Amino acid sequence: MMRFVLATLFVLTAGLAQAEVAAVYDFDTREQEVRYQNLIAELRCPKCQNQNIADSNAPISQDMRNEVYRMMQAGASNEEIVDALVARFGEFVRYKPELDSRTFLLWATPAIAVFGGLLVVAGVVIRARRSERQATGLSAEERARAEQILAGQDETRDR
Amino acid sequence: MKRFLLFLPLLVALILGVVLFAGIGKDPTKLESALIGKPVPEFSLADLQNPEARLDRSLFRGEVSLLNVWGTWCPSCRDEHDDLMWLANEKGISIIGLNYKDKREDALVWLDRLGDPYRTTIYDPKGTLGFDLGVYGAPETFVIDAEGVVRYRHVGVVNPKVWEETLLPVIEKARGNS
Amino acid sequence: MFPELGQFALILALLLAVLLSVVPLVGSVTGRDNLQAFARPLSSGMFVFIAMAFGLLTHAFLTDDFSVAYVANNSNSMLPWFYKFSAVWGGHEGSLLLWILMLSGWTMAVAIFSRRLPTVMISQVLSVLGMVAVGFLLFIIVTSNPFDRLLPNVPADGADLNPLLQDIGLIMHPPMLYMGYVGFSVAFAFAIAALINGRLDAAWARWSRPWTTVAWAFLSIGIALGSWWAYYELGWGGWWFWDPVENASLLPWLSGTALMHSLAVTEKRGVFKSWTVLLAIVTFALSLLGTFLVRSGVLTSVHAFASDPERGKFLLMLLAVTMIASLALYAFRAPVVHVRARYGSLSREIFLLLNNVLLVSATLLVAIGTLYPLVLDYLELGKLSIGEPFFNLTFSPLAVAAGLLLGAGIFSRWKKTDGGWLGRKLLWPLAISIVASTAVIIGYGGFKPWAFAGIFTAMWVTVATFWDLWDKSSSRKGRLHGLKRQSRSYWGMVLGHLGLAMVMAGATVVSNYGIERDVRMTPGDIATVGDYQFVFTDIGERRGQNFTAQYGGFDVMLDGEKVAELHPEKRQYSVGMSVMTEADIDAGLFRDIFVAIGERLTEDAWAIRLQYKPLVRWLWLGALVMAIGGFLAVSDKRYRIRDRAEERVPQSARPAGGVKGEAEALS
Repeated sequence: MMRFVLATLFVLTAGLAQAEVAAVYDFDTREQEVRYQNLIAELRCPKCQNQNIADSNAPISQDMRNEVYRMMQAGASNEEIVDALVARFGEFVRYKPELDSRTFLLWATPAIAVFGGLLVVAGVVIRARRSERQATGLSAEERARAEQILAGQDETRDR
Repeated sequence: MKRFLLFLPLLVALILGVVLFAGIGKDPTKLESALIGKPVPEFSLADLQNPEARLDRSLFRGEVSLLNVWGTWCPSCRDEHDDLMWLANEKGISIIGLNYKDKREDALVWLDRLGDPYRTTIYDPKGTLGFDLGVYGAPETFVIDAEGVVRYRHVGVVNPKVWEETLLPVIEKARGNS
Repeated sequence: MFPELGQFALILALLLAVLLSVVPLVGSVTGRDNLQAFARPLSSGMFVFIAMAFGLLTHAFLTDDFSVAYVANNSNSMLPWFYKFSAVWGGHEGSLLLWILMLSGWTMAVAIFSRRLPTVMISQVLSVLGMVAVGFLLFIIVTSNPFDRLLPNVPADGADLNPLLQDIGLIMHPPMLYMGYVGFSVAFAFAIAALINGRLDAAWARWSRPWTTVAWAFLSIGIALGSWWAYYELGWGGWWFWDPVENASLLPWLSGTALMHSLAVTEKRGVFKSWTVLLAIVTFALSLLGTFLVRSGVLTSVHAFASDPERGKFLLMLLAVTMIASLALYAFRAPVVHVRARYGSLSREIFLLLNNVLLVSATLLVAIGTLYPLVLDYLELGKLSIGEPFFNLTFSPLAVAAGLLLGAGIFSRWKKTDGGWLGRKLLWPLAISIVASTAVIIGYGGFKPWAFAGIFTAMWVTVATFWDLWDKSSSRKGRLHGLKRQSRSYWGMVLGHLGLAMVMAGATVVSNYGIERDVRMTPGDIATVGDYQFVFTDIGERRGQNFTAQYGGFDVMLDGEKVAELHPEKRQYSVGMSVMTEADIDAGLFRDIFVAIGERLTEDAWAIRLQYKPLVRWLWLGALVMAIGGFLAVSDKRYRIRDRAEERVPQSARPAGGVKGEAEALS
């Protein structure tokens, strides 16, 4: 049906060949077009070897793109569109997993890792400060000379 | 305490090893249906054999049946066809066909030549019912209970092994309940 | 006959590998020099036989010997000769042979370039490398033999190389990648040797460092090649998909970068030793994990080799044995003795430790995102997909944080950096970065928060790097002298960081300011993308050596001037009937123009994908610059000048065994 409509439109507009070409899916504004592109990049083709429906040539991808377009034109929100496809094909087609009890660990990992790491570093710094305070038996003069030597070395060989 | 921490990487590696081992041999392309426990979606499509007749989801009420998605363009569907005939004739299973994205003439010739295992065949040339069912390729076979609720979806061919191990248990359970 | 010779060569190599694993190791712990003397010759012997096997397989391809199953599956008589050559590593068996070729090559290189190392250390390092070789040779010979024959029914012709792989990118991408993966086995071997003989000190770090850096540089090139290849070959202009196989290569890279920096600290200051050893083990583990993931069928990917559960299990066993043994050794033998280290809270040590925290967090993130679906499936919690949206959201903040840290860290000093001094030092670079970033953002078309963050970070790293270079190169004898006086190691670092800034800039700009349009065109139509006009001039047919193609013509105009003429194709390959989209790209340093032909919509109308991709080349050029930096750093004179301090103390006088905490004199 779609093809017939497109072909008809093409024939009718053939005389306007110099006008701006239509997108394969037509949108009113550039924002809409970008919104569509972002949406189809977030949905997974259920049949393919790990591709989103934007890049896949499989028939089911084509059908899903058509549906996304149809729902967009009908005024549905991004969430509604994705939910509609998930209702039919399962969570599998969502490339951005929902945050729920299953995926909590997934989303939390970066934060946990970074904060955990920062805690470790904080611990290291505190321990280093403590051992700094437990000074070794150098006299003030010896200490000053040692610092001087070390500072000199650091200057010339910093790599 | 410090020594204990050094054992953590080993522990993580062991756990990961178990998970990875379990993953070997599984087919990552077989997806579970999102419609399990939900009724067959509403539709209004023609009967393949009888173009004037309109079919809808009341077709599934009354007995437990299989819904088999097929097309003449699908080589695996040809492979499973004989097993479907066996299921329909020998085992008396009610199978409803969904002729998916196909041409009516080709489908009729196919059934004529190879036999018709289907109680009825729904003609879905644009794949709209298939889309609503979450079909992503053929062949696929659904188990639908007497209330018209989807119980299971099998991706791939149906053969005696699949029948015994996968479909039959679901059918029996569905029959038990209704 | 030749394929059988190849098989025989592999078996001989296996025997040598077994000897290499055992003899020098035994010699090193019993103190018998005569046994340890076998290490070098065994390494060379192993390499020679594997090279022979590789040569014989290549010969089979070049002479169209379809009696060899692997050749029949991956080649065809109509294939151009250079693709017949690259088809050697186009499939699973051959790529493993390439892997083991690289491993034996690296082993021999370590044997040759380590004259100055203590005999005990070199014996153990080579033995560990021998063990890894045994594992892979067994895997090849038992499950993935490239020399299996199809006798007596020799096919008349082969099944052809997958058209996706008939490309210059394929010729280079796997070898570079494997050089990286395999190269990390050397760092691994050094780590295991250090755990075995207990000598884990700054000298150990100094020996490990160049090998690690070279491996890292090759891996960077390998990953960049893969990204570049996907960009122009797969037809839709993407350069990174967070596909499991891509992630599998990124994991050792992230961990390897952390390792490189951690080794620097251990070399300079003798601290973080246990951590560095763990990183060396983990990085190699990630290389092996990657090898496993792409061949086992456990994860779905366009890149994956044909999966085979038997091979998957064997590989997993290999991985498990290696990791359990190494991590157990680590748990029991890694030092827990605290070196009385003194470093301030803003010291270079701390900055590098934070760098490690971010890199390791990134590694964890990518690993978990890749493996999570597997874990959930195992726990029967359903099939989930984790893709680009997730990774982009979570990875970007880490990358930005790492970049910001870098800029500040460049000015940090070992042991102690004064906070006030550092703050003041950073003011000018900060101001310049903000102004420059704002200019860039406006130039490209408008403020977007993430775009600004990315560009600012790249700018920040660049300005800080040059600022530090300026500071360090000030000299009484003039600027040029000051610049020449910097060590190659320092220049390597400069290039490494500038390369990173380029990659960040490229990624940020192309993601935020690139434009893509899918339009319906017939010959004569004009489409607009950004400031460019695309005129569809014609479409025709042409024949190639093993395909026929629909061949389109496009004129690209900017401000009325023609800037490019592009000819994308849709090819149908004669053998196998697969259809490939060959995009045509007008490449530029600051932007790419990209045209690909999609579906045929009607008799005359085609779906055409047009893209404007600003700064996309910087992604790969940046990676190249990073790799050059790595190679430059490795050519630093400290690795070339004879170690006078070491020569003065005879080998036998060195204390052996026990856990060491000494900081060795830096040459």
